Amino acid sequence: MSSKIITYSEVGAGKGFYTLLAIFAAICAVGFFAFLYLEHEGHYVTGMNNQIVWGLPHVFAIFLIVAASGALNIGSIGTVFRKKIYQPLGRLSALLAISLLVGGLVVLVLDLGHADRLIIAMTHYNFKSIFAWNIILYNGFLGLVGFYIWTMMDRKLKEAYPYAGFMAFTWRLLLTMGTGSIFGFLVARQFYDAAIMAPLFIAMSFSLGLAVFILVLFASYKWTGRELGDLIINRLRYLLAIFIAAVLFFELMRHLSNLYATEHHGVEWFILRDGGVYTQLFWIVQIFLGSLVPLSLIFCRFLAGNRLSLVIAAGLVILGGFAQLYVILIGGQAFPLVLFPGADVESSYFDGVTNSYSPSIWEIMLGLGGVGLAFLMVTIGVKVLRFLPESLSDGIVDKAR
Amino acid sequence: MSNSSVNNMSQTAQPSADGNNQVDAYRRRFMGAITGTVAAAAAITLVPGVFLREVHAADVTPRPEDQPADAKIRWGMLIDTRRLTDGGESMVEACKKEHGWGNDPKARPDQQAQWIRTVKVTDKLTKNSFTLPVMCQHCETAPCVDVCPTGASMKRADGIVQVNKHTCIGCRYCMMACPYKARSFVHEPLTDQLPHSPRGMGTVESCNMCVHRVDKGQIPACAEAAPQAVIFGDLNDPESRISRAMKALGGEQIRGDLGLNTGVRYLNI
Repeated sequence: MSSKIITYSEVGAGKGFYTLLAIFAAICAVGFFAFLYLEHEGHYVTGMNNQIVWGLPHVFAIFLIVAASGALNIGSIGTVFRKKIYQPLGRLSALLAISLLVGGLVVLVLDLGHADRLIIAMTHYNFKSIFAWNIILYNGFLGLVGFYIWTMMDRKLKEAYPYAGFMAFTWRLLLTMGTGSIFGFLVARQFYDAAIMAPLFIAMSFSLGLAVFILVLFASYKWTGRELGDLIINRLRYLLAIFIAAVLFFELMRHLSNLYATEHHGVEWFILRDGGVYTQLFWIVQIFLGSLVPLSLIFCRFLAGNRLSLVIAAGLVILGGFAQLYVILIGGQAFPLVLFPGADVESSYFDGVTNSYSPSIWEIMLGLGGVGLAFLMVTIGVKVLRFLPESLSDGIVDKAR
Repeated sequence: MSNSSVNNMSQTAQPSADGNNQVDAYRRRFMGAITGTVAAAAAITLVPGVFLREVHAADVTPRPEDQPADAKIRWGMLIDTRRLTDGGESMVEACKKEHGWGNDPKARPDQQAQWIRTVKVTDKLTKNSFTLPVMCQHCETAPCVDVCPTGASMKRADGIVQVNKHTCIGCRYCMMACPYKARSFVHEPLTDQLPHSPRGMGTVESCNMCVHRVDKGQIPACAEAAPQAVIFGDLNDPESRISRAMKALGGEQIRGDLGLNTGVRYLNI
């Protein structure tokens, strides 16, 4: 656990706090309204169809779930890998992890055709389904990370702290593997069906979770007037660069191995060259804006120590990660299923054609509702419990490590 | 192309007198398999409708209401695409009528349910083309059953794959997993559903091999609509018409490379 030098305190109940609370609550309300409308009308009001069966809500949900497990990394580096400089950030890291996961799960559940049957999902398990395993992994994650927070906050549980941290870390790796395997285990789809989806999602969780964490850390320290020193910022800065590079590595390997196998050439050329919006999202948003520009911002000599550049880099990583998930989810479904290899197919059920998808306002509202809920939870969390160190100035951080 | 392969092609594909004889020979074999005897095949050519109805009745034995589905049976279907003069449209229409799908006015075309559709396949190199009906293939190891979190997507003991409408939560993971795009999600509120074919908004649905008919000893509606081209029966019974037909003529799978051992098989694809 972090040194006694670090003092944690709740944030004050000023005007800013209530404004933030109101904004996030309003976004939640918008999402909830979208859910009620979908539940009443049916999914015909969405852009999803029988070809693109998972749409924008799933992109939001999986983004939040992946980022959730990654947000916990900051705490894990402090606890599991004994890097004491990260330990003061552990509480916020765990709070953010729980909040993002709940936000993502709520979107996932409220998009179900029968959200009212959630109890069935909790009581009927098909253990061959990675989805069923994920339900267990999500619930376990919430429990373990909750316990991890408890061990960080209660001196009486100090002895359990390293074990709780280790269990939470192991569990989060399993959870992200499970999320990646939702796609990795799909034998029918050309763009999925690969074991590399599991490590790719783990790498994505590292970079997305850290990017979200950096933005939350900056915002909460700036808005509460607390000091945030360069020592901790620069650690996070270079960590982000390593994680961006890890995602690029797994993406490169995934595409290279697909390009080697003739059966995957169709879908690869679709994503990399001929896919229109998906191709643009891949090259311009994911690779250029979401990976290369942040790396340049981090390593640019003239921007060393520049906080704004790190904030922009983190924001771009989030944008790139969102685009990446959009390309994986929607792009992967837009490419037609191969019914007869080596043949053209046509039917009244859109066989053989590139499937189209344009998200409706309801899906955007529902997805944003999940984001709003996650940050509403963080806002309330830092108000009611001692999650934030009073100062992360270089002097204090240096003494704590 | 080598001379021998050219010769092989000419033996099988050219519309010569020999070729016509071969087609006739093939027809006799298929009909022979359908009826079980070559002599009966001749009878079919004379009075197809009447005779076939008699034969069909023997393909399915009704399941007593107090008995579970029999694990010794595996229901399956063999479809000869060359004998489908309409490419399978009559089968599609029969399915629509039987299950009441095809009437979702609010949904866009890409959101409308299709339990069975006809697919035109054209080989990219040879341009050879054929049309076939595609529906749930009732896989032995069905990906939709594997991925369903609640077990709503299930396979009956007798091999019929279907959705339990009471436990389907509408997550659509089965639709992501199905290699045949055989499943539909109900995108809008439905009314006047048929009592024997429960359907509802927010759940996934697909061909269930007319399980309500099979349990009563009847064949599926699509098979009934195309008696000249479809045999329905027990794949596990070596003496059933379908088993004998498949032994004599084969029975190809769509995406056989996936190793799913489908219950719906095709000839001439």
